[in-house]
Amino acid sequence: MKQSQNVVIKGTKDGLTLQLNDKCAYNELIEELTEKLDGVVQDQEDTLITVTVQTGNRYVTEEEKEELRQLIRKHRHLVVEEIKSNVLTMEEAVQWKEENEIVSYAGRIRSGQVLEVPGDLLLIGDVNPGGSVLAGGSIFVMGSLKGMAHAGCYGNDSAVIAAGKMMPSQLRISDHLTRSPDRYDEEELTESECAFINEAQQLVIDRLQVLKYLRPDLSTFKGGF
Amino acid sequence: MGEAIVITSGKGGVGKTTTTANLGTALALQEKKVCLVDTDIGLRNLDVVMGLENRIIYDLVDVVEERCKTHQALVKDKRFNDLLYLLPAAQTTDKSAVHPEQMKKLIDELKQDYDYILIDCPAGIEQGYKNAVAGADRAIVVTTPEKSSVRDADRVIGLLEKEEGMAPPKLIVNRIRHHMVKDGDMLDVDEVAAHLSIELIGIVADDDEVIKSSHNGEPVAHNPNNRASIAYRNIARRILGESVPLQQLDPVKETFFTKFKRFIGIGR
Repeated sequence: MKQSQNVVIKGTKDGLTLQLNDKCAYNELIEELTEKLDGVVQDQEDTLITVTVQTGNRYVTEEEKEELRQLIRKHRHLVVEEIKSNVLTMEEAVQWKEENEIVSYAGRIRSGQVLEVPGDLLLIGDVNPGGSVLAGGSIFVMGSLKGMAHAGCYGNDSAVIAAGKMMPSQLRISDHLTRSPDRYDEEELTESECAFINEAQQLVIDRLQVLKYLRPDLSTFKGGF
Repeated sequence: MGEAIVITSGKGGVGKTTTTANLGTALALQEKKVCLVDTDIGLRNLDVVMGLENRIIYDLVDVVEERCKTHQALVKDKRFNDLLYLLPAAQTTDKSAVHPEQMKKLIDELKQDYDYILIDCPAGIEQGYKNAVAGADRAIVVTTPEKSSVRDADRVIGLLEKEEGMAPPKLIVNRIRHHMVKDGDMLDVDEVAAHLSIELIGIVADDDEVIKSSHNGEPVAHNPNNRASIAYRNIARRILGESVPLQQLDPVKETFFTKFKRFIGIGR
């Protein structure tokens, strides 16, 4: 009856990979997937097997993804690890771009002003007391940071805050928060510093140079010197 | 075609009204035709500081609501020959009696007849501030060397920078107490200017004479010998485009010894 298979199951050392045909109708796909999963003889009762679903060039909506997950989970001792697709909607692509780009702004954030960006923020200037900068990613302030900075404000613990002169009123990374000491000695602040969340889940401030080892992802430069 | 300058600060009590009165006086002393506009509707005091309170017949709200002609509401300062006028605020209503568009129209009308229009802004950043800023071509931000006042000035500068068609604001650091700055109990002028990073147009020392003259309804700028008066006159000259060096705040004490040293030619 069926000329070609719409669902191909492959076993790898990390678990199963389900390759779904991206040309057939979605209903057919679900039908065949149900059939196939029913047909597989279950030999290992207790172990959970992780499954990676590859949908190829088919765009799968969030509801469809959820349906696939339910379907696979219901049938066997299978756990869906990831649903991979080659396609993105325009909206997702824009969002992805915004979240991954560094937005730069030249100027001074004064008291009462709020600068918020979805991705990383490069501020060429100062943040005055009472001003705030927020970013979905990391925050880099070239001047002095005297106001409030909130990095990873949508919940990203690996975000960092770096400043030429780190004397903030308050620092926030993801849902961690720290308050400044009541008094700064400006003479002591000769060095750029950075703030990050350490292994103990504490927000700490350290020399800028440690970032290279703590957050190697910050270097996006590829190639030789 | 004149120029409208708004004098603002954010925080109250830093000396906006005193500054407006004295700059107006100092500009008039330079033979400029000046109109002072009090936009602090409901809490007017510019008329009191100028000593013109009992001559008020119509006010800003009357003009805006066209109950009188603009020139009818202007109060002339008798100390000058037809150079200094005041448009007083209304005392019986509040800030919402006037809209920014109406203010702009009024200021544009005044600009035809006067060289300078100084707009005294109320404290705060609400309706009254918006009214005051609406017609202005440029702004002077007044601050005292106190943290709270600098913070509010910073906020206001941020708002002014967003204002379209407005020249970058200039800064006056008012009521500096030299001995407190020296002891580190007050910010010094350089710190304030560096923090706010806008051009400094003048510094004014804290002087009892200023309060005394406000009390008497005669702006201190009339007095040619007072240091605050000289500071205001200098600012007026800077507004006119002259380049005047900043005042030295620490008067060198002339003791007998320094006098003697200078006499024999080894001192300054």
